[in-house]
Amino acid sequence: MKKTHPLGKIYAFLIMAFMYIPILIIAVYSFNSSNSTGILTGFSLKWYGELFKDKATLEACYNTIVLAITSAVTATVVGTVAALGIDKMKKSWRRSLLMTITDIPMMNPEIVTGVSMMLLFVFIGTFLKINGILGFWTLFIAHVTFSLPYVILNILPKLSQTNPNLAEAAMDLGCTPGKAVRKVILPAIRPGIVSGFIMAFTLSLDDFIISYFVSGPKFQTLPIRIYSMTKKRVTPDMYALSTIIFVIILIMLIIINMRGLKGNSKAKGRAKA
Amino acid sequence: MNKNSSLRMKLYASPHIVWSAIFIVVPLIMVAYYSFTNADGAFSLENIYRLSDYTTTFLRSLWYGIIATIICFILAYPIAYIISQSKLRIQTTMIMLAMIPMWMNFLIRTYAWMNILEDSGVINKILTTIGLEPVHMINTPGAVILGMVYNFLPYMILPIYSVMTKLDKNLVEAAQDLGAGKVSVFAKVVFPMSVPGIVSGITMVFVPSVSTFYISQKLGGGTFALIGDVIEMQFQISNNFHFGAALSLVLMILILICMAFMNRFSSNEDVGGGMVI
Amino acid sequence: MKKILCIIASVLVCAYSVLPAFAVDKPKDYSHLKGTEINVYNWGEYISDGAEGSMDVNEEFYKETGIRVNYTTFDSNENMYNKLKGGGANYDIVIPSDYMIARLIEEGLVQKIDFSNIPNYSNIMDQYKNLYFDPTNEYSVPYNVGLVGIIYNTKVVEGEPDSIDLLWDERYAGKILNFNNPRDAFALAQWKAGIDLNTTDPDEWNTAFELLKQQKPLVQSYVMDEVFNKMESEEAAIAPYYAGDFLIMNENNENLAFFYPKEGTNIFVDSICIPSSSQNKEAAELYINFLIRGDVALQNAEYICYATPNKAVLESEDYSLKDEEILYPENMDELVTEYFHNLDPQTQLVMTTLWDSLKIDGNENASIYIGLISFVAIVFIVVIVVAVRKKRRASYYD
Repeated sequence: MKKTHPLGKIYAFLIMAFMYIPILIIAVYSFNSSNSTGILTGFSLKWYGELFKDKATLEACYNTIVLAITSAVTATVVGTVAALGIDKMKKSWRRSLLMTITDIPMMNPEIVTGVSMMLLFVFIGTFLKINGILGFWTLFIAHVTFSLPYVILNILPKLSQTNPNLAEAAMDLGCTPGKAVRKVILPAIRPGIVSGFIMAFTLSLDDFIISYFVSGPKFQTLPIRIYSMTKKRVTPDMYALSTIIFVIILIMLIIINMRGLKGNSKAKGRAKA
Repeated sequence: MNKNSSLRMKLYASPHIVWSAIFIVVPLIMVAYYSFTNADGAFSLENIYRLSDYTTTFLRSLWYGIIATIICFILAYPIAYIISQSKLRIQTTMIMLAMIPMWMNFLIRTYAWMNILEDSGVINKILTTIGLEPVHMINTPGAVILGMVYNFLPYMILPIYSVMTKLDKNLVEAAQDLGAGKVSVFAKVVFPMSVPGIVSGITMVFVPSVSTFYISQKLGGGTFALIGDVIEMQFQISNNFHFGAALSLVLMILILICMAFMNRFSSNEDVGGGMVI
Repeated sequence: MKKILCIIASVLVCAYSVLPAFAVDKPKDYSHLKGTEINVYNWGEYISDGAEGSMDVNEEFYKETGIRVNYTTFDSNENMYNKLKGGGANYDIVIPSDYMIARLIEEGLVQKIDFSNIPNYSNIMDQYKNLYFDPTNEYSVPYNVGLVGIIYNTKVVEGEPDSIDLLWDERYAGKILNFNNPRDAFALAQWKAGIDLNTTDPDEWNTAFELLKQQKPLVQSYVMDEVFNKMESEEAAIAPYYAGDFLIMNENNENLAFFYPKEGTNIFVDSICIPSSSQNKEAAELYINFLIRGDVALQNAEYICYATPNKAVLESEDYSLKDEEILYPENMDELVTEYFHNLDPQTQLVMTTLWDSLKIDGNENASIYIGLISFVAIVFIVVIVVAVRKKRRASYYD
């Protein structure tokens, strides 16, 4: 591959600077000794201390992770099974209708998805006389719903790449259809499943707009907690929190990346051999 | 495969069909239902009539969304190209760098921009220290658009990049062998091939830009409203779910029209394809 | 300053438990409530939360009773009303202001409180009982009282302003903040125009709206609790806000000053209520009793800095804000004050519709139209050019 033009390098650097300036500001102010997010007075770690004393925020972190894991697992299971079914459907209006409906949460503005689900939940709540229906389950349903299209769209292309004869061959050799799916198809589409799961997980972690409309007082996620924090007097503990998140993500990605590189070189080595 | 098992396989889609029907289709019906009823639950068109007062707000949202999308595209296309042309190791690092901000909460990052742009913010402090006049930036449309560009730029870079990496190098070489210059290789080969990525990038930037509400509140100071703000206001302050639903319905239809137009224009079937990172 | 006070206060909290005057006699047994939860919905920055060494009231309540508090906040009465009315969420405690309480009572969204569970109610001063919004004292327990005043930065504002006109002063364009909720924002315009705050005449609301519209170009932003950061960092110079909050801002920025406008100002009482949807009413009552207990109320009064309706606090030796002129003005009788009353639905609709149109109005409307039209034109031309070229190429290959 050819070398990047110096102008290109400068451009890339500028874009990256643009993306990272706010993050840098966040990190710098998280060490501010005064309680301002505007005036720098000195270095201190006290906002990190305050953060770990703030039980509501810590609980929100925990809630966010619980929600992300449960909703991503559910979306992945339902989505994988659905993709298997959709793949077998012939190209017809039925299939394209289903695909269109599946895509709706992805295409629709998030605020409309949030509003529509809230209306549904509130309606169900008043209809069934459930007091305070908004909570973990409504968030869970909403998160599964907006994750599903991403899971399905990650898996479908992998399925169409798999040779249908493989499953047939397996069945001819005496496998039950279920076993054929497990032994032949699933391993072939595993990369799609994994990337679908990762997308569902991160979408759920980061979602604010939809959660904002369907969450209740008992179960607050981190983005919602942050939103209510920015509505109040903002102290740098919020910045401390995002600095920690940033560091964790950075470390995670570096580890994944290094593993990936190692895996790559191994694979290459094998190919050579 | 025998017919029976194929049928059984099709049934695998049924949980998803049921789920979609209840949690995608029914909520949208609810939105439509609320749009055409009043607080007493009776059929009414008053929400629809009232919408005309908000034409400017709709147009403003569309306009800001379009500007933000165009700026994102102008910024993202070269960087996606540069990344796709660099060494593999640099590629992975750069893409990682482009993705990290997406994982951090956008509320906090937007708030940080507020600290940067304010009259007493970081930029103006630097300007006054080096003896320049401070510039007023916060609470202007420019600040809101900057917020949109900043927040959604990765969504433009990634799909374009992912299409460009799949670009067949042989095509470029073939074009060069046939005597095409750098410019015409780009115009006739690279650019047309990257259209699917551009389309999904535009979708992923335009839709959230048009419907945002947090960015305009923090960087616009609430002195002018985007359609997302008005919808949020109906549900959070004015307690008018019916009118909020009507606004949502129109927003949704507007966006769908834009999408349909885009798809037509690009004549590309699978818009979602490029989204897979 | 605040820290030292807090330390003294917390020492005294321990002392209280011995003092008979504040000793809480527990005639009833509440141990069966242990392990239950209550959902509390309160204004932001409206409870002592343990920051900088203060008492964490909710944590303390949990320690004493074993009842967990799910604490969430709102930033305006309307915001709170929406959540309560929406029906999706249920709360056991809400702390709205007077006019909103009247509305909640009228619509049956709050329920009667069993005062036998609230022996500390005797701490509440008589002047805050039987107020207009709850004339028979059945639904609410006063939490804080206050007035709206105007905060300004002495470095920016010249002289000593005393009039609400300061908020319309063009010299300070771009440095003025305003409330981000219709009732408070309209009240300012109503005082300026000399209109009754509780008028039901749509024309008068329109007059106030015109004033707000006139003010809009001068307004930097519409804020609620964001006002703290903006005033302290001197991003803005003039803001109407609740008196108690000025004390906190002043602690962080000495250049700030405060006055009550001579035209008059809104007086408010924020009271604790139990929504009808409460599923743990007894625990909610226990929580109310806890909030108005002398030591807890003192901690809250010191932290929130609002005027308190609580005798036990005012009589306490350790209440540092007792002589604070802003909270307890000596010339209270001379101030023109008025309560908000609940508006009838028709007037409410007038107000929110006007508020909506104030918020959606922008000053760049023409450029939007021009921009959009030219964009559509460009897209149209591009589409045609592409189509024509495609056709031409197709005919070439033919």
